Amino acid sequence: MTSTVVPRVRGGIGTSVRRPDGEPKVSGNFAYASDLTAPDMLWGATRRSPYARARLVRIDVGPARAIDGVHAVLTQADVPGKPLFGQEEQDQPVLCDGEARFWGEPVAIVAADDEETARLAAEAIIVEWEELDPLVDPEQAVADGSVYREMRVRRGDESVSGNVVVEGYYETATQDQAPLGPEAGLAIPDDAGGMDLYVTSQWIHIDHKQIVDCMAMEPDQIRCHPVGIGGAFGAREDISVHIHVAMLAAVTGRPVKMVYDRSESFVGHVKRHPSKGWYRHEADAEGNLVKVTARLILDGGSYAHTSRAVLANGAYFTVGPYRCDNIVVDAAVTRTNNPPAGAMRGFGAVQTCFGYEMQMDRLAAALDMDPLELRRRNALAPGDPMATSGQIIEGSLPTVAVIDALEAIPLPPEDVDDDPLLRPGGTGLTTSKADVVRGVGFAVGLKNLAFSEAFDDYTEARVVMTSAGVEVHTAAIEVGQGLVTVCQQIARTILGTERVAVIWDDTSRIGSAGSTSASRQTQMTGGAVHAASEALRTKILQTHDGDELRADGVYRSGGLIATVDEICADGPVEEHVRFRHPPTTTADENGQGDVHAGFVVAAHRAVVDVDPELGLVRVVQVDTAQDVGKALNPQAITGQLEGGIMMGTGFAVMEQLVIRNGVIVNPTFTDYLVPTFMDAPDVETRIIEEGDHWGPFGAKGIGESPTISSTPAIVAAIRNATGKDLTKVPVLPEHIIGD
Amino acid sequence: MIVRITVNGDDRPFDVSGPDSLLSVLRRDLGLPGTKDACEQGECGSCTVELDGALVCSCLVMAVDADGCEVTTVEGLGDEDGLHPVQEAMLETGAVQCGFCTPGFVVAGAHLLDRNPHPTPLEVKEALAGNVCRCTGYGAITRAFELLAEPHPGDAQTGEES
Repeated sequence: MTSTVVPRVRGGIGTSVRRPDGEPKVSGNFAYASDLTAPDMLWGATRRSPYARARLVRIDVGPARAIDGVHAVLTQADVPGKPLFGQEEQDQPVLCDGEARFWGEPVAIVAADDEETARLAAEAIIVEWEELDPLVDPEQAVADGSVYREMRVRRGDESVSGNVVVEGYYETATQDQAPLGPEAGLAIPDDAGGMDLYVTSQWIHIDHKQIVDCMAMEPDQIRCHPVGIGGAFGAREDISVHIHVAMLAAVTGRPVKMVYDRSESFVGHVKRHPSKGWYRHEADAEGNLVKVTARLILDGGSYAHTSRAVLANGAYFTVGPYRCDNIVVDAAVTRTNNPPAGAMRGFGAVQTCFGYEMQMDRLAAALDMDPLELRRRNALAPGDPMATSGQIIEGSLPTVAVIDALEAIPLPPEDVDDDPLLRPGGTGLTTSKADVVRGVGFAVGLKNLAFSEAFDDYTEARVVMTSAGVEVHTAAIEVGQGLVTVCQQIARTILGTERVAVIWDDTSRIGSAGSTSASRQTQMTGGAVHAASEALRTKILQTHDGDELRADGVYRSGGLIATVDEICADGPVEEHVRFRHPPTTTADENGQGDVHAGFVVAAHRAVVDVDPELGLVRVVQVDTAQDVGKALNPQAITGQLEGGIMMGTGFAVMEQLVIRNGVIVNPTFTDYLVPTFMDAPDVETRIIEEGDHWGPFGAKGIGESPTISSTPAIVAAIRNATGKDLTKVPVLPEHIIGD
Repeated sequence: MIVRITVNGDDRPFDVSGPDSLLSVLRRDLGLPGTKDACEQGECGSCTVELDGALVCSCLVMAVDADGCEVTTVEGLGDEDGLHPVQEAMLETGAVQCGFCTPGFVVAGAHLLDRNPHPTPLEVKEALAGNVCRCTGYGAITRAFELLAEPHPGDAQTGEES
């Protein structure tokens, strides 16, 4: 008897398949939230606070209502249900509740026949304010006890000390996700007092819960639909226009659309927490870490959003991918009148990586040791306790492997390129070849995967076999990262057919997929699709007593015994699963516990050219070696690595929201600089495949890692070139020039 | 006033009442939302179109100033037989993630190749430096244009095909 040779399905895991949404996107036919329209649609607009903190003395909406074409003008008094919203804690008024707590806080909303009338009407509202002193200094906030959360992490013996001690203080600025797609939403009332909502989001079920509460509606009256998203990076994890369009649609009985312009977008979503960190690293004479002492302050701004979870990441990732048995960490996230902070790619692990990796370089210098050798010597590996939480590392964590693979990538030629466009200053043609100094720097970063601290983290998927092919149903949000192909590839591999379509269900049709954040969807929704596909395959094979499932049906001993039509003779066959990752725990009073579901590690090496006289930097090349568990779509992985490095490059040398006394002074793309093609470094990538203990085929999420250690690697390279003690990001020319 | 423009080869008159940009008119009045609105300051290139053969940010062009002009948007590239080579190359190399910047890159990239069929990598970077991509880090876009810049069979200089 010949053995059964399973024909490998096209487009399965491990292949660089094309995105099914690619063709509409290159053709201009992909519908983003800001492109949606509906018959009889009105436009919404928002009136905002001009102060970081002020008492609302009087509001008169009469002049706005009097404008021809205006259909509704609403304030906090018009919120039908719960007046507050928020993902973790409901502390933010839907509209200003008598005191504005950040610059740009929504005060009133308008619906009108067209966009311009809506904006004019919003400005016509008369608002009297009594300006109050804003609290904008995070250290003052800590002293005042104005904090969302404080954390204390203690492990080992506080009294031990090392032979070699380095101390440092580091700051990171406020970074904006700056996704190209603006916040946008469309609410369409139904005939039964409910509505359908099409709003930019990363997690429609958490939106749904908040909207239902604020609208005082039954859950089944509101359906939140996935829409086309123009990037997210954390900016869409919290509510933007959702409740506002819902209120306006409910009052007018007509579809209402709102779209933020760029300046409004800068105030209309949460940002990366700015940070201050104090670190003391102690090592023995051989370079073994003996103790790390750290104090961290993140500024959460005026409302809670996800600040508590961001702080946990900050506190737990103050040491990075290194072993250390004695830990003293104190961390706080503050409530101030600065713009609200929340989720952004890296989620608290970015700020601390800048601190601990600068410290590792200082320690290497103090020990007169190769910086990579110091990192290898202390590298965290499976079976080790995590330095901060004490949790034993399970699954894979190839810290040494990523360092080795990175080091093996050839450096670019040392000759500075002759083309002046490729020197520091670029098109400014400011720098002569003789003035260019090259530097090289390294960094390694650690990130947790999925949600932590006993959060009930789950995701649902429904996999259906029909005569026409397989459908994967999910409410997960595809923000551009490529989850769509991952879902297809997993289902194809297990079910043996290339014909797999992903159906993005609304909140009424399937349970939550959790957030598209925390590097979690490849493992979580991918894990759910994997489990549902396996269950479906098993069911079909058992029903037909077969031993193999192929594109055309069930086989037994190499012979076709049931076609797809026969499998589906009584209708589609399906499996619906709710997938959870291994449980995590809360921590004890010392921050000890199995708080994380898994880990991912990456290393970066940056090569920079610097003009020290003018303080100009050109990031020449940033290479990376990335732990991926298992590569499901190599091309999509490369895209995440390169894109994440670009965001890390921006944070290293240009991206900074400038906030003065609570006011954002650069909320435009003219003044908030994001890297362009001319700023883009060359990138070489290496992927390390060591399967994890959970997730589809051992795959890990890799969306955040590339942004975490790329920034400190670039700053280390600038420091290497200049000899300057650079302790703030972004590194600006004034930090490089002078003494 | 009534403004007449030719969009993707079609005569498209429209009534302009206010200080509308060409971008607003394309998206709102002419039913062509493929051209994207992301900054309205001419910084990001998401709204790039060709106007009488020149590459412009349509957010910075007053609609009335386009009277009598020919406009090519992303919807006008490619045809029933298939995608434009720029579109095909960007799909091939994975240069599309969220895709919001993609229409601008497609229009600017097609414009570049019309004038310079074999651009060097630096020429590509310079030509596309007015288009911001927040997802890809530009690597896959670079590779798309490397594919496009290769001499093709049938190009005069190859001399291999007859």
